[in-house]
Amino acid sequence: MRVAVQAEAFDVAAEMARLSSLSTLAGGISLFVGQVRGGAGLVSLTLEHYPGMTEKVMRTLADDAMTRFDLLGCTVIHRIGRLEVGQPIVFVGACAAHRGAALAATSFLIDRLKTGAPFWKKEEYASGAATWVEARVEDEAAASAWDAP
Amino acid sequence: MAEGTVQGIAEVPQDFKGSATTGMTVTVLYFAALREQIGREAQELDVPAEGLAVSALLARLGAEDSRAATALAEQPRLRVAVNHALCAMSDMVRPGDEVAVFPPMTGG
Repeated sequence: MRVAVQAEAFDVAAEMARLSSLSTLAGGISLFVGQVRGGAGLVSLTLEHYPGMTEKVMRTLADDAMTRFDLLGCTVIHRIGRLEVGQPIVFVGACAAHRGAALAATSFLIDRLKTGAPFWKKEEYASGAATWVEARVEDEAAASAWDAP
Repeated sequence: MAEGTVQGIAEVPQDFKGSATTGMTVTVLYFAALREQIGREAQELDVPAEGLAVSALLARLGAEDSRAATALAEQPRLRVAVNHALCAMSDMVRPGDEVAVFPPMTGG
């Protein structure tokens, strides 16, 4: 289990290599990378977070995923600071004996991370306008869909 | 600081309402849009030794600062964390706690 909050870019190949070498029982590794989506004149996002709580929430989330999906390992990396369109923001990886668990765990981790970890995005547009991103109802629904039935 | 000495405690006036000297404060942190609207990122707030509910703490913040009152009223879905854990408006805040107030999170 690896959790990190960092300004610098992550190395997807290195993270993949780490997950794939965790165990000889590993049969499936699933990776998700989120990046800054452009459009409507968006130039960049600036990510703010709550140091201390962020790492704690991410560790708890990764712990939950390990247990819930019987993972062999998982990685969650979230960047902070100013990121331009096309730059990677978040990395989620899960390693399991079978693909189903790895894929499901990846969805679980990113869905819960978006609404449960204390990060906030501020958008900066070519026009000079700057606005805080509003939480999306769809994101909250995706996160709560993983709650116990 | 020589806090904790008997002499130091004796010097605190009877009507003292609390500060770092007595430890009867909480640290309040603001994030994102709320931090910008209120115009600061942190403050100390005196609280009773027995604590108070999160809802009462928010009311106090608004009563002491008109910018906070406006910002808190305009943000209909405030999130509050006490000591790094999300909490309910009815939860208690006690001296020494770290309270963070922020809009819904938008990570990922």
